[in-house]
Amino acid sequence: MDVAFLWQALLTLLPGVPLTLLLASLSVLLGFLIAAPVAAMRLWGPRWLRVLGSGYVFAFRSTPLLVQIFLIYYGLGQLESVRHSFLWPVLREPFWCAIIALSLNTGAYGSEILRGGFLSVPHGQIEAARAAGMAGWTTFRRVTFPLAIRQALPGYGNELVLMVKSTSLASIITLLEITGLAARLISETYRVIEVFVVAGLIYLALNFVLTTCVALMDRRLTAHLRPVNTPSMPGDPA
Amino acid sequence: MQYPDFLALFGFGPQGWGAALLRGAGVTVLLALCGYALGTMLGGLAAWAKLSGRPVARAIASTYTTVLRGIPDLLVIYLFYFGGSQALTWLMGQLGRQGFVDLPGFVAGALAIGIVSGAQHTEVYRGAFRAVSTGEIEAGRAVGMSRTTLARRIVLPLVLRHALPGMGNVWQLTLKESALVSVTGVVELLRTAQIGSGSTGRPFDFFLAAALLYLGIASVSGVVFHRAEARTQRGQRR
Repeated sequence: MDVAFLWQALLTLLPGVPLTLLLASLSVLLGFLIAAPVAAMRLWGPRWLRVLGSGYVFAFRSTPLLVQIFLIYYGLGQLESVRHSFLWPVLREPFWCAIIALSLNTGAYGSEILRGGFLSVPHGQIEAARAAGMAGWTTFRRVTFPLAIRQALPGYGNELVLMVKSTSLASIITLLEITGLAARLISETYRVIEVFVVAGLIYLALNFVLTTCVALMDRRLTAHLRPVNTPSMPGDPA
Repeated sequence: MQYPDFLALFGFGPQGWGAALLRGAGVTVLLALCGYALGTMLGGLAAWAKLSGRPVARAIASTYTTVLRGIPDLLVIYLFYFGGSQALTWLMGQLGRQGFVDLPGFVAGALAIGIVSGAQHTEVYRGAFRAVSTGEIEAGRAVGMSRTTLARRIVLPLVLRHALPGMGNVWQLTLKESALVSVTGVVELLRTAQIGSGSTGRPFDFFLAAALLYLGIASVSGVVFHRAEARTQRGQRR
């Protein structure tokens, strides 16, 4: 293995890390802002909102992300009403198109995760809160929401990793994040294996940091489930 | 705005793209099927390696799944597409044949998505095997079944029953991943839509049509998996 080239490849690909992280974090954030209302619509909305929500989730979960990106980046430009609207300066930029597509995509997956979290809240907990005299909103804020989030966190952590991986598709619409830089380096040098190894290691490192953060957060949220270390009493069975 | 002839554009007449899109959809399904078949084999092998007590086999299998779940699928496709031809050229050179040998994009793509879906299959099979209760295996042994009979009559049918829902999920993922193979020039569904939008200047219509076809394929295969699940659960009490 050519260590000098590996080092060179690392130096070439590292400048792509901020863009990858920006794409992933911004779209996860926007995606959550989509996912929460969609989950609420499907859980508590009137029938037409529930149908609308399920339609959105079905459409975005059953089509490839790349098709969604192409539809937004190349497709919207065909519509004259879009080209003449105030949104055109945004929809012309590959960066914002990638953000919109990624957010809509993760919004659909995220809403399912959140919905699952809310559905898993035991009914008895809500009844207990009611019995203790909590109003609807207080019950939601103090009981339902924290329990649902705790349940949904591992799933959402998984979604974060998937999003970091998905940002690589932005390279197809000319964005030079890690995969984009890697593809360019491959076509310049034809040293596929080395570039692949370096790019792969960067992604693995990013995802390792991410999963560790989620695991730490999960530990904090489930502190009550861990066995308490009580000092042993004399005469306790060993 | 000239919009009226949507039907003519996607019809089956001489000017219509209907036949081309359907052919692309066929290639997409074939590509996904090849990748999926490879994935089931790799997944079975890796799940066996993880469940067997052998430390070396287990280490190899966990490295495989960890790496492939942490790096973007697009990178894997690039590795096989660019790296495959290089490896093949080198191999032919060793055998005494000069000149560049091209690995067909279809083969490279099927290999790449097969290896990616193999990592997902591994976890599905492993979980399914865990769900088989030891009592059933012990009972089989107690009536004197040999290892192969036990596997064929007891373990595999039970594993299949537990694995089918997960296998359905992996199939949907594989189907969507196959869209990424369009970057290597394989004329599957998404690539056909790209070609069509390039020659007619109507990207929105073409990518929308592609999205609808993906939706259709996903729905049909969802029904197939649902039926299969119902079939494997015939004997189960509810």
